[in-house]
Amino acid sequence: MEKKISTVIRAGACTLLAALTPGIVVAQDALDSGDTAWMLTATALVLFMTVPGLSLFYAGMVRAKNALSVMMQCFAICCTMTIIWVLYGYSLAFGDDVGGVVGGLGKAFMAGVTVDALSGTIPESVFAMFQLTFAIITPALIVGAFAERMKFSALLWFMVIWVSVVYAPIAHWVWGGGWLGELGVLDFAGGTVVHINAGIAGLVAALVMGKRRGFPQSPMKPSNVVLTMVGAAMLWVGWFGFNAGSQLAADGTAGMAMAVTQIAAAAAALTWMFAEWLGHGKPSALGLVSGAVAGLVAITPASGYVGPMGALAIGAASGYGCYLAVVKVKYRLGYDDSLDVFGVHGVGGIIGALLTGVFVHAGLGGVGLGEGMTIASQVGKQVVGIGATIIYCGVMSFIILKVIDAVIGLRVSDEEEQEGLDLVLHDEQGYNLSGT
Amino acid sequence: MKLITTIIKPFKLEDVRQALAESGVQGMTVTEVKGFGRQKGHTELYRGAEYSVDFVPKTKIEAAVADELVDAVVEAIVGAAATGSIGDGKVFVSDLQQAIRIRTGETGDQAL
Repeated sequence: MEKKISTVIRAGACTLLAALTPGIVVAQDALDSGDTAWMLTATALVLFMTVPGLSLFYAGMVRAKNALSVMMQCFAICCTMTIIWVLYGYSLAFGDDVGGVVGGLGKAFMAGVTVDALSGTIPESVFAMFQLTFAIITPALIVGAFAERMKFSALLWFMVIWVSVVYAPIAHWVWGGGWLGELGVLDFAGGTVVHINAGIAGLVAALVMGKRRGFPQSPMKPSNVVLTMVGAAMLWVGWFGFNAGSQLAADGTAGMAMAVTQIAAAAAALTWMFAEWLGHGKPSALGLVSGAVAGLVAITPASGYVGPMGALAIGAASGYGCYLAVVKVKYRLGYDDSLDVFGVHGVGGIIGALLTGVFVHAGLGGVGLGEGMTIASQVGKQVVGIGATIIYCGVMSFIILKVIDAVIGLRVSDEEEQEGLDLVLHDEQGYNLSGT
Repeated sequence: MKLITTIIKPFKLEDVRQALAESGVQGMTVTEVKGFGRQKGHTELYRGAEYSVDFVPKTKIEAAVADELVDAVVEAIVGAAATGSIGDGKVFVSDLQQAIRIRTGETGDQAL
C-alpha cells in the first residue's frame, strides 16, 4: 500500500512537472513490474545454476568418495557468500565509487536497501540479490580446480577472502562504476568478472596445490556422468537468467540475450562433439555438455551486444578452443585443473571477451560499436579488461592461497586423499546404495 | 557334496538360473564380480583422460550340489551359458566339506 502511494505521488509529481515545463524531459526511475517480475525470476534461475546445477555437474565428475565434498563446498559457498555480501560485499562492489577501484562502505549492512529503494526500474533488493547470485557462482566455479584434495576449512577461508578482495573489486571495475566500465570494456554478464576470474583463480589454485595423488596415471573416472548431464542442463537453462537477466529489464535486449545464449550453447556443444568424433573416433556425452558450457561461457560477455550469427561464431570458436585446451593442452602442460575450470571458464571467457569486440559491430549483426570505435580499438579495450582481470586475480589468488597454506594448510594428507573427502572431512558417505 | 562356482557373462544369468532349476538345484548365491581370462577389456575416455579397463564385469554363481547331480548340473550350466565367443566364463567344481541349514540345523545332503 505504502509503495503504491509513493509511486503514485512520484508519478503525479512528474506529470505535473512535465506539464508545467513542456520542454524538459524528466527522466524518472519508476518501478516497472514487468522488469521486476523478470528479475525476480532471473535471480532464482542464477541461484539454480549453482545449487543444484553446478553442484551436480561437478559431483558427477569426481570419484564417488568425493561426491559429497564438492556439493558441500558449493552449498556452503552459497551460504557464506550471502552473509559476506549483505555485510559488506554488495557495498564494495556497487557502493559509491572510490577512485574507480572499489565501492565504498556506504551500503554496508545493506544500508539504504529498503522495501521501496529502487535500482533503475527494479527494487534494489532484487538487484542486490541478483548480483549476489553472481558472487556465489563465481567462487563455486573455482571449486572444480582443486576438487578431491582441498581442506574444507581452507576452502571457506579462501572463499571469504577471495570474494572480498578479488571478486567485489573486479565486479566494481566492470559493473559498479569502476575504471574498466568507464574505459568502455564490454562485458554484459560477466565474461571477465565471473569466468576469467574463476578460471584464473582455479588455475593458480591447481598450480599452488599441486596434482591429485596419482594424476594422471591412475584412473579417476567420473562416478556419475548421468548427474553431470543433469547438472549441465540446469546450467544451460539457468544461464538464461544469467545473461538475459543482466539487462536488468524485460525488453528487447534481454530477449536477444536469451536467443544468443541458446545459439552459442548449441553451436559450441556440436563443435566439441564433432571435434571429439573426428579426433578420437567417438562423440561423448561429457564432451557434448562440456562444449555447451564452453559456449555459454563465451557468450556471457557478448550476450547484450551481439546478434544470432555472431553467437554462432562465438559458440563454435569457444567449443573448439576449449576442447583443445581441455583435451590436449592441459595434458601436454601437465597440470591438474581437475574439473577444467581454466580450460572451460578461463579459456572460454577469454575467447568470448575478445570476440565481443568483434561481433558487436553492426555489420556483423551486433548492436554497433561505440562512437568513434573500430573493431580493433574495441578489441584493444577488451584486452585491457582481460589483462587486468588476469593479473589482479592471478596475483591476489596466489597470495591468498599461500597465506592460508602457511597458516592452516590447503591440502588434506595423502592418506586422507586416498580415503576420500566425504568420509575424512565430513564423516559421511554420499552413496550408500547397498541398501543396508 | 560339491560346491559349483560358475563365472558367466552377466546377461546369461537368467538362462543359467533356469537351467539350474531344471536340473534340480533349489538354491544359489549370485555375486557381481569382475575379471578376465582371454577376453580383452575396453578403453574409456573422459575429456582427454583415457583409461584402459582390463577387468570385465561378470556374474558369479555358487551352488552347493549333491554328488549325484554334479555332472548333470555342470552340463546344464555350460549349455545355458555358452555363446561361442571369448569370455563365456568357467565352471569350477570343488569338494564341499559340510553344509548346514541354519533354521533347522540339518546337515549334509539334507541341508542342500
